[in-house]
Amino acid sequence: MEPFDLTLIWAGIIAFGIMMYVLMDGFDLGVGILFPFAPNEEARDVMMNSVAPVWDGNETWLVLGGAGLLAAFPLVYTILLPALYIGVFLMLAGLIFRGVAFEFRFKSNRSRHLWNIAFAGGSTLAAFAQGVVVGTYVQGIETEGGVYVGGAFDWLTPFTVLTGLGLVAGYALLGSTWTIMKTEGQIQAWARRITPYLLAAVLAVFVVISVWTPFVKEAVFERWFSTLHIIWILPVLALYCAWKIFRSVKQDSDGTPFIATMGLFLFTYLGLLASMWPYVVPPDITLYDAASAWESQLFLLLGLLFVIPFVLVYTAWTYWVFRGKVRPGEGYH
Amino acid sequence: MELDPVLLSRIQFAFVVSFHAIFPVFTIGLASFIAFLETRGYRSGDPNYFRLSKFWIKVFAVVFGMGVVSGIVMSFQFGTNWSNFAQATANFMGPILSYEVVTAFFLEAAFLGILLFGRDRVPAGVYLFSAYMVAIGTFISSFWILSANSWMHTPAGVELQEGMYQVTSWSAAIFNPSLWYRFAHMGLASFLTGAFVVAAVSAWFLLHKREVDLNRKALSMSLWLILLIAPAQLVVGDLHGLNTLEHQPMKVAAMEGNWETSGNVPLLLFAWPDQEAQTNHLEVGIPGLASLILKHDVEGEVPGLMDVPREEQPPVAIVFWTFRLMVTIGLAMIAFAFIGLWLRRGDRYWRTPWFLKGLTWMGVTPFVAVLAGWFVTEIGRSPWIIQGQMTYAQGVTPSLTGGMALFTLVGYILVYAVVFAAGVYYLLRVFRAGLEDESGSADRDEVERAKRPFSAAHVSFDDAEGSK
Repeated sequence: MEPFDLTLIWAGIIAFGIMMYVLMDGFDLGVGILFPFAPNEEARDVMMNSVAPVWDGNETWLVLGGAGLLAAFPLVYTILLPALYIGVFLMLAGLIFRGVAFEFRFKSNRSRHLWNIAFAGGSTLAAFAQGVVVGTYVQGIETEGGVYVGGAFDWLTPFTVLTGLGLVAGYALLGSTWTIMKTEGQIQAWARRITPYLLAAVLAVFVVISVWTPFVKEAVFERWFSTLHIIWILPVLALYCAWKIFRSVKQDSDGTPFIATMGLFLFTYLGLLASMWPYVVPPDITLYDAASAWESQLFLLLGLLFVIPFVLVYTAWTYWVFRGKVRPGEGYH
Repeated sequence: MELDPVLLSRIQFAFVVSFHAIFPVFTIGLASFIAFLETRGYRSGDPNYFRLSKFWIKVFAVVFGMGVVSGIVMSFQFGTNWSNFAQATANFMGPILSYEVVTAFFLEAAFLGILLFGRDRVPAGVYLFSAYMVAIGTFISSFWILSANSWMHTPAGVELQEGMYQVTSWSAAIFNPSLWYRFAHMGLASFLTGAFVVAAVSAWFLLHKREVDLNRKALSMSLWLILLIAPAQLVVGDLHGLNTLEHQPMKVAAMEGNWETSGNVPLLLFAWPDQEAQTNHLEVGIPGLASLILKHDVEGEVPGLMDVPREEQPPVAIVFWTFRLMVTIGLAMIAFAFIGLWLRRGDRYWRTPWFLKGLTWMGVTPFVAVLAGWFVTEIGRSPWIIQGQMTYAQGVTPSLTGGMALFTLVGYILVYAVVFAAGVYYLLRVFRAGLEDESGSADRDEVERAKRPFSAAHVSFDDAEGSK
């Protein structure tokens, strides 16, 4: 009763959804992380304005990812969430605070500084928690018979703290290059100044993790050093993107740093997937162990095939409408 | 005292889902009201309908935004706290819950944006169509959620294989035996909520002599709707109760506070159910009425809680009292509907201060009634998370400790307290600004064309620096 491999298709959909989420919510979380360091209140207005029209569309990918995971790979959903119980709460709390801050900051006057704190704090917390999720995932999760059997704080290790900080730096980099693209004058100059430092921080974490992971995890070592040489292209491409960011920031290019940062994320992400494949809950559970029934995967796929293209077109259209530079005092109050 | 992760998870779920539910229950009714106003305006060309509609769209935007924010949390709850349940039911629950998200996604992507920001940018017919689509979309969304929920009460169309339910019939599972009763009951509840909030706000404006003509119109419309729906809800609620009697007799026994199966069971107006002693104290009842309602016969046999072992009984007192709370509010709604009808004689309904004050207070009651009703049906199912098949204790996340559950429960309460306070405070400001505030309908420059709900409301959150 299984004419084609739906599990593989679903793996593609979920991987794509996560990538979309990371790239898109990444830059608006990044803007939040950089908020306290902005040169002045006017710069904060402009930065927030630059992401205001698109951020909630970006976050819907997270909700869709959560629900889609339950439908297509329930075992991932029911192991990862208990394992990250406290971390998931912190991420949600962060997302809620920053979401509400988005809405109320522009409508407030006297309480504005409080919404600034909620926006920056919530964004940073959510980014850190997401980085911890990645770290936990790489580190491996203790299961028995498809059930999480570890403790409440297994997700909190030096390694996951490092990946958490790494993602905060990474999102901040997305945020700063986004700011370069969307602003001009003093704000843009500030974003140009901080970008190399953020890039250096990201690369430092990148190097430490790349060196650390293969030696912590034997399977990953195997993958990189004996079986699949072709995947070495991924870190090479990632480093090329990093170099591109560094160059283009100096060359006064507006769009290239952001595009190159997205490239850096994409190739790092693909490298991560290549390290883990076919495990979805390392070290024991593969894609196929975690899959739901074929009929269930098909039932939902039919709906998604109809909706996803629509959502993509709509997303593209929104970004098109709000293209170009955002200037001080413009719209959105 | 040992912290019980099962109990704490149940409290947490009850808290986050109650907090979430009050928003959609309002927006579902309100979306239909807006569609109705737009239709009347489109047909008659009377700009007053559009003015009313514009004001209520602003309110809709804020409430919808709160619903989205609190909804994000819901999509993770099954995994964090009820992972065994989620794993066992994923083949059914996964696609159904995803379809809810997809519907909301689709709705927000397309038609909500037009409804909130597109009035002057699309032809009138397209705008009206969008209003309908938003209204229909809210119903489709609630259909999926209620299907998933109803399945937990009356599971069907599945087969348990190696610890996971496999769907053997999608139609039997989706359209399970209690779905349509629940859907009808909930749909009417949404209409009642929307109508009572509109009535309450209009009454408040009328008390303050603001925009009298418009608000009288809105009040009149909502009162007609309430007159139609409040009694209908009584009938639908009764039918739903009969359906519950068939599938979940212990829930009905708890609602009635009936311990022993017997005929001629009284309808208890007051009682103090004592689970320890398996009896009631201080009973005041109307003889035979419970039998009459449930079996349409005074001698009809009503099931009693003692038919099942103690550990399979739901906590009786909560179910018993939340049920009475819901019914009392329902009867008060019917009373207000008929008082309103009576006050139409001599055209007094919009200028009788005590009636308007009463209506203003009634504005919060539908929310209380809806939550009370959900408490009845959900707590009445316990100890089952899936009726007759899986208990809460079996469904909970095995690795979850009481301490973890307590931490997040307190955390959610704190986070929601801040968010909810800010949201309600802001909503009250939108109400206070009233229909006179037309800023939301003025033409905006392009950057305003954001597809975010709140930005459709242009009322400021607090007063400017130094004012007051």
